[in-house]
Parts: sequence; structure tokens; C-alpha cells
Amino acid sequence: MSHAGPGRISAAERDQLATGRAGRNAPWPVLLVGAAALMVFALPLLALLVRAPWRSLLSILRDEQAVTALRLSLGCATAATALSVLLGVPLAWVLARGRLPGTAVIRAFALLPLVLPPVAGGVALLAAFGRRGVVGRYLDQWFGITLPFTTAGVVVAQTFVAMPFLVLVLEGALRGLDPGLEQAAATLGAGRWTVIRRVTVPALLPSLAAGAVLCWARALGEFGATIIFAGNYPGRTQTMPIVVSLALDDGPDEAIALSVVLLAVSLTILVALRDRWLRPGAAA
Amino acid sequence: MTAVGGRTVAGFHHRARTYGVAALVGLGLMAGCSSSSPPSGGSSAGSPVKGGLTVFAAASLKETFPAIGTKFEQAHPGTKVTFNFGGSSELSTSIDGGAPADVFAAASTKTMATVVAAGNASRPVDFATNTMEVATPPDNPGHVSALADLARPGVTVAVCQAKVPCGAAATALFAKAGITVKPVTLEPDVSSTLQKIRSGEVDAGIVYVTDVKAAGSTVHGIAIPTAANVVTTYPIVALKHARNPSTASAFADFVRSPAGQQVLGAAGFGPP
Repeated sequence: MSHAGPGRISAAERDQLATGRAGRNAPWPVLLVGAAALMVFALPLLALLVRAPWRSLLSILRDEQAVTALRLSLGCATAATALSVLLGVPLAWVLARGRLPGTAVIRAFALLPLVLPPVAGGVALLAAFGRRGVVGRYLDQWFGITLPFTTAGVVVAQTFVAMPFLVLVLEGALRGLDPGLEQAAATLGAGRWTVIRRVTVPALLPSLAAGAVLCWARALGEFGATIIFAGNYPGRTQTMPIVVSLALDDGPDEAIALSVVLLAVSLTILVALRDRWLRPGAAA
Repeated sequence: MTAVGGRTVAGFHHRARTYGVAALVGLGLMAGCSSSSPPSGGSSAGSPVKGGLTVFAAASLKETFPAIGTKFEQAHPGTKVTFNFGGSSELSTSIDGGAPADVFAAASTKTMATVVAAGNASRPVDFATNTMEVATPPDNPGHVSALADLARPGVTVAVCQAKVPCGAAATALFAKAGITVKPVTLEPDVSSTLQKIRSGEVDAGIVYVTDVKAAGSTVHGIAIPTAANVVTTYPIVALKHARNPSTASAFADFVRSPAGQQVLGAAGFGPP
């Protein structure tokens, strides 16, 4: 991944700076506790790999229910990400640059789903968009649209939970953007839209990509809000995490195999994003 | 009913191993099985009837078992009963994975059989029966008046997923009536099916007779004739790895005693 972003120093220089700041090696008690912390994450994931039914993995993954769910999950997560980009980019813009009163309150609302238990999110979505919901009842009466138990409902639930990730990343990037670049372009005679198109957007693209991928990954893993708001029906609302949860009823093998798949997807994303997220100071 | 076999060293090894497995599946289970209460200190095997007791029970027992638990605690001072309600198959997986349960009450003899086959219990005893009923929101938006109406296009229906007893019963019910119902959702257990009906998100659903009775005026019940209905049998057992086997089997006995049966009968359950 290139570092065409806002930074004015090269990646190598930044690494040097980071090591210089951190000194040579952490003291051993810090290392020890740090290793213990790593085990909190690593052990369950390693256990997943140890216990995975490798021999029957292929046949489990060829199982029609799993394939249907994976396809639905990928499609819904992609749709939710598209919707999040469409709605989230302007929102991030307003949060970072808008001179609106109460921006802090708007930001709190926008980021609430990050800390809200997804199940509570599902209940809230039902209260709003359910057939008897505050908004949903009119959608039903006037347009005959009901969101619960539909694939569109899954996308709404995923967007609710995942969009804040995109907004968070993008707002940070917008704030970190050097206003001098845009001012310079304007001074050189570029119109407002030309500045946005030729300066702002290209500078934001890496962050937009990172935010979108993060948003996609979160949407892919969404469970709580989905099962409450959209229910569970194969091919329509039954996503991969729901299959994993239901598969546990039949014993751990199938659930572990499917979890390994989700783990592989997440890992791929992290590796793809390592340049942006695994370097100190790269998040801006 | 007698208490299951005494504890052996091998038993402890087995337990340690199943806990290892539990740690693995634990991540996934945490959402569903929330009341894995830590073992309360003090009670040891072979002691009199006292101490803490964790009962894993089918979701359809949510309205009756707490009352039976209270009566049990009154009859045996010094006991404390904690419940974990959920889909029977989900609970049986937790138990076979090493969850710290003392008593298991399932809504299916088949699900109970898997726990017995896994070596975690022996000789369960039936304690109640239940039948199914059609439930709609109070205002009956889908104008449902009989079971056959569920097959009508445009009527949105919620049933339990086929793995849990209420879902298996719904499937059997539709087969018996010779109708094809296309549900909009297959819910994890009967509580969530009832919730979808009660909130008016669906036009109708299949739940237990006892659920409709407990829900009172929040749902509208449409009885299914006995000949067309499906009977679900509830077995109970004191689990082999119960922390306190005598308290566990005392509770299982208590559910089948006149005091327990009176609570169940009042809620609409049939005799075993």
C-alpha cells in the first residue's frame, strides 16, 4: 500500500522515529505482561485451529447451508459497506469540518453503535423500523415495505453496527489533512469542486479504503442486531455468524469449521491493512 | 429416582477434559448461555439437600420453573436454585461441553437422549407434556382463525428452528395437517418466537399452549383440536457431574411431586 496520504515523511523515516521514541527494549515485567495479554487473544484462536476438523473441513464447507450463508454474508456486507460509504462520507465531513452547533452530540450519536451491545441495537432497530415501529408502521401502511425478516433488513442492521467504523476512520483522516494543501490549490485558482476532486478526495482515499474494509469486516461478523431485527431464514436472512451459532447445537465441529473460515477472512483483511493499522502513528 | 453414581478420580479427569472443550466453544456459547454461575463453595458430594443448584431448562419452562424453584427452596432451607433457560438442543450442547449444570429439564426426549448417550446422565424421567397452539398478535392483523390459515400467501409466520423441540413440533403439526407453511423466520427458541408474535412483527406463530396461557392478553391464541395436535414430552434428570448430586436429584424428584405438578398443571402442562 502506498503512502500517498497526508504524511510528509516516508514510511521508513516514520519507523525510525517510532523506534527512536520507544527506546531499545521494554523492561522485562512489561514484556511478560504484554505476552500474557497476547495470549488472551492468541490462545482461543490457536485453539480454534487445533480443534478444527481439518479432514472433514471441505465437506462441511461444501454444505449447502454454509455456502448459502457465506454468499449471503458476503453480499450483505458489501451492500452495507456501500451504503455506509454513501452515507458515512458526508457525515464524517460534517463531523470534521461542519461548523454546526452540537457537533459533539451528533458525533456521540454516530459512534454510539460502537459501544452499544448489538442485541440492544437490534431491539432499537425493531422499535424504529419494525412493522409496528415508530417509522416502520408508516413504511408498512404507506408503501407496504417491511424491513424485518428481509435481506434489506440484514443490510440495515449491518450498516447500523458497521458504519461508525468508517465514520471514525474518515473523520480522523479529514482532521489530519493539512489544510495548507487545499488552500494552496484554491490560491492557484482551483474552484471549490476542483479542490475536493483533485486534492481532498485523493488524499483521503487510503483512509476511505481502510475505513471501508474495517466496516465490511464488522458487517460480515454482525450477529446480535441481525438475529433480533432480521430473524433467521436460510438464503434470506441467515448469515454466516448465525449459522455458526445455530451449528453449535449439533456439536462443535461444524461451528469450529465455519469459525475458521471467518477467522481466515478477518486475517486476510488485517494482513491487507497492516501498513495502515499495524504501524504506530499510521491511523491518522 | 436415585442419585447417579459416585465421583471417581476418572470422573474428575473426564470433567477436566470437558472443561477444556468448554473453553474452546465458550466464546461462541457466551452469548446464549449467560448464567454459567461459578461453583458456590461449601457443598460437597454426598451431603444433605442444601447448597447451590444450577438447573438448565427448556425455554418453555421459563414461566413455571422459577415458581417450582421457590417452593423447593422453601421446602429445603439452605438451597439456592439458579436457572438457565434456552433452546433444549443449545442447552444439551452446553452440558456436553462441560457447562456447570446440575439438573437438565428438556422439552424433548430425543434431545435428552443425546445427553444420556454422551454419558452425562442416566435414566431421565418424564415429568410433563405440552401441546401446540397458534398464536397471533392481539389484533390478529393476518385474520388467522385456524391452523390452515398459516399456509395462506401473505400471512407472515414465525416458528422455531427445526432443531429445537417447538420447531420439530411445528413441522410435525404442518405435516399432520397436510399444509405447506413458509415461515419468514426460524427462531432459536420458543421465547423469541413468542416475542416476534407479541411485538406484532409477524401475523402468527406456533408456540406451546402454556406460552399462550402465560402471555395472557398480549397474544391471541387459536386452539388446535387434540386429534390434529402434536404432544411434546418433557424429561428431567440429575446430571452425572452435579456438584451436589443429592440436591440435584431432590430437585428432579420435587418437580414430579404433587407440589411441582400443581404448578405445572396450573400453567397448562399435561401430566407425563
